[in-house]
Amino acid sequence: MSTQITPAAGGRTPQAAADQEEAEVRRGHEAERSDRTRAEARLGWYLAGPAFVVMLAVTAYPILQATFDSLFRFKLTAQDEREFIGLGNYSMILTDPVFWSSMWVTLLITVVTVLVELVLGFALALVMHRAVRQLRGLLRTAILVPYGIITVVSAFAWFYAFDINSGFVNSWFSWVPGIDENLNWFAETGPSLFVIMASEIWKTTPFISLLLLAGLAQVPGDLEEAAEVDGATWWQRLKRVVIPNMKAAIMVAVLFRALDAFRIFDNVFIMTGGANNTQVLSLLAYDQSISRLEIGLGSAISVLLFLCVLLICFAAIKLFKVDLAGARGEG
Amino acid sequence: MRRRRAAAGALGLTAAMVLVGCGGEDGPPTLTWYTNPDAGGQAVIAQRCTEEADGAYRIEVSTLPREASEQRQQLARRLAAEDASIDLMSLDPPFIPEFANAGFLAEIPAEMAERVSEDVVAGALAGATWEDELVTVPFWANTQLLWYRESVVEEAGLDMSEPVTWDQLIEVAQEQDLVLGVQGTKAESMTVWINALVASAGGTIVENPEAPTDEITLGLDSEAGREAARIMGEIGGGGLGGPGLPTADENANLSVFQGDRASFMVNWPFVWTATVDAVDAGTLDAEVLEDFGWAIYPQVVEGEESRPPYGGINIGVGAFSNHTDLALEAAECVVAPENQAEYFATNGNPPASTAAYDDPAVQDAFPMADLIRESLEQAEPRPQTPFYNEVSTGLQETWHPASAVSDSTPASSADFITAVLRGERLL
Repeated sequence: MSTQITPAAGGRTPQAAADQEEAEVRRGHEAERSDRTRAEARLGWYLAGPAFVVMLAVTAYPILQATFDSLFRFKLTAQDEREFIGLGNYSMILTDPVFWSSMWVTLLITVVTVLVELVLGFALALVMHRAVRQLRGLLRTAILVPYGIITVVSAFAWFYAFDINSGFVNSWFSWVPGIDENLNWFAETGPSLFVIMASEIWKTTPFISLLLLAGLAQVPGDLEEAAEVDGATWWQRLKRVVIPNMKAAIMVAVLFRALDAFRIFDNVFIMTGGANNTQVLSLLAYDQSISRLEIGLGSAISVLLFLCVLLICFAAIKLFKVDLAGARGEG
Repeated sequence: MRRRRAAAGALGLTAAMVLVGCGGEDGPPTLTWYTNPDAGGQAVIAQRCTEEADGAYRIEVSTLPREASEQRQQLARRLAAEDASIDLMSLDPPFIPEFANAGFLAEIPAEMAERVSEDVVAGALAGATWEDELVTVPFWANTQLLWYRESVVEEAGLDMSEPVTWDQLIEVAQEQDLVLGVQGTKAESMTVWINALVASAGGTIVENPEAPTDEITLGLDSEAGREAARIMGEIGGGGLGGPGLPTADENANLSVFQGDRASFMVNWPFVWTATVDAVDAGTLDAEVLEDFGWAIYPQVVEGEESRPPYGGINIGVGAFSNHTDLALEAAECVVAPENQAEYFATNGNPPASTAAYDDPAVQDAFPMADLIRESLEQAEPRPQTPFYNEVSTGLQETWHPASAVSDSTPASSADFITAVLRGERLL
């Protein structure tokens, strides 16, 4: 990390140079914190404190409650028969084929959508970054529109577009081999997953491109110019200069989107309801706790889902060394 | 001085508003009736009963989600938390045992039970009962008919004055390369179809619906179950349901039935009002409507009376309501035969009371009203067990898509549902 040239290093003003110096001092003598860093830390707590308390109330409490409930056999319509069964729910879930098939479908959706979104999002970010000044505002707005649409609404829009009775996709794309008026997109696993993922990608690519745009803005222009002067091609500049300098932003974007994609619910719920093996983990948890009113079983799945999300976070931060602060240009 | 008085006035007004807002005891108590979405008929009835109550109570309507399963979820979650705001609710019959078993429904006094059961069609009465007691008030009762296109029947030379069998329908659809309208989507409507097939074959899905969860035995792995699977598999596997079958619900069936490849369709009577409305609005050719025919639900075994699906809505009174006595009174007003008759004529939902069928407005709007009454008398409710949700979802899980249904489906489906009920499998 320290060998990389950070934006601050390219600073031209004395203030930026001073900041850079201070950052180095901080790195060198972590124990001896200056008054200023202490004051900053205190201010940080004052600013984040209220939000932190609210987060505890609205997330920590339900998580603890769900963990507690997951140890019981507990059906909402038979509350008197609540019974402590320890880890019984977990052993049942972990040996059930439905759980594992939901897990694989969820992972598949996560991996495919995040990869496609990363490539598309990067291209869009480049377009937004390089756009002529006059077009920039319009372009950014246009690209961000899908992200502003409520997921349920976008899911319905995609569902009706592909629906065999009311959809237009079959007739518009009938020239594509394999697509004709009798293709029922929601009758089989492959096509159903395709529509689910396509709508997910359409909707959240703007988010990832926005994060990447922030990363692109951090890449110092003079580095690129220097590379250009040295005769580097466009591709070489992208690969050797731009991407390494925005690695932190890319990893943060991937992490955020992976966590989001792993909890996918709306699209599947609206389009297939889990039919044709498109069941995902969130929907499985919903089916147990909301449809079956099996609070214990549903809570156990939710806890497992939460553990998976924690695992993804842990893997990203420890294994891939995602520096969350780096995205803000502090690295 | 004036300002102070104005302030005091404003304060008083605010206080009054707060009191009213909290349901203060000024004026008649307000009963909340949670209704399933309809064409506004239940709101009209609520208004009329409020007027008839003459100040004893006021009924306010609150609309539930569109899907029956979501209506159940919302009501069950609220009732589990002992929500006192639920005075009256429109309940889909399959979920009544679950609610009654959990103690969510207020008891109906014996004399009232006697009054509201009078002249009620058999299917509706069975659907309103749990452990031999009337736990809800029958309001309207639904059943599916066999709808056909006159032109298709004519070409096939079928005599529709006599009941036909599923095998005959399959044959006609194969010969003329047409689409059969059946509900193949992975939803409650598919359970309705399976139940009607199994029951018409002389079987039953749940043999002891009142047993506790670990003692329930299923009757799917039987001759009747396999016969139902054969019919479903033939329609699904042979492509007779059209490409839309795996996602076809009642509305999708109707739009196919109004199209060029229509032959037969099993569906609720709403298809009649919907088609008449479409013709009136000019979105559908009147010839299509003239080609519509109707008959009793098809038989599985030739010569054995079919058991058509039964649906509808019953009125339940919330056990935690602050005004159960008034709510019971209101329920009785809601289901008065004249209200049922008007509801049928205006909203297309058939009455549970046989008397309502003789109403001239009903006969006028529904030329098939007598057939509906007949169908309701032989209709078979879906399994009346408190674990209906598990049974129904388990069926959908194992019988969808129809094209994959085979001889072994009933047995594997029974095993799966039993395991779910025993708490050994996820659903």
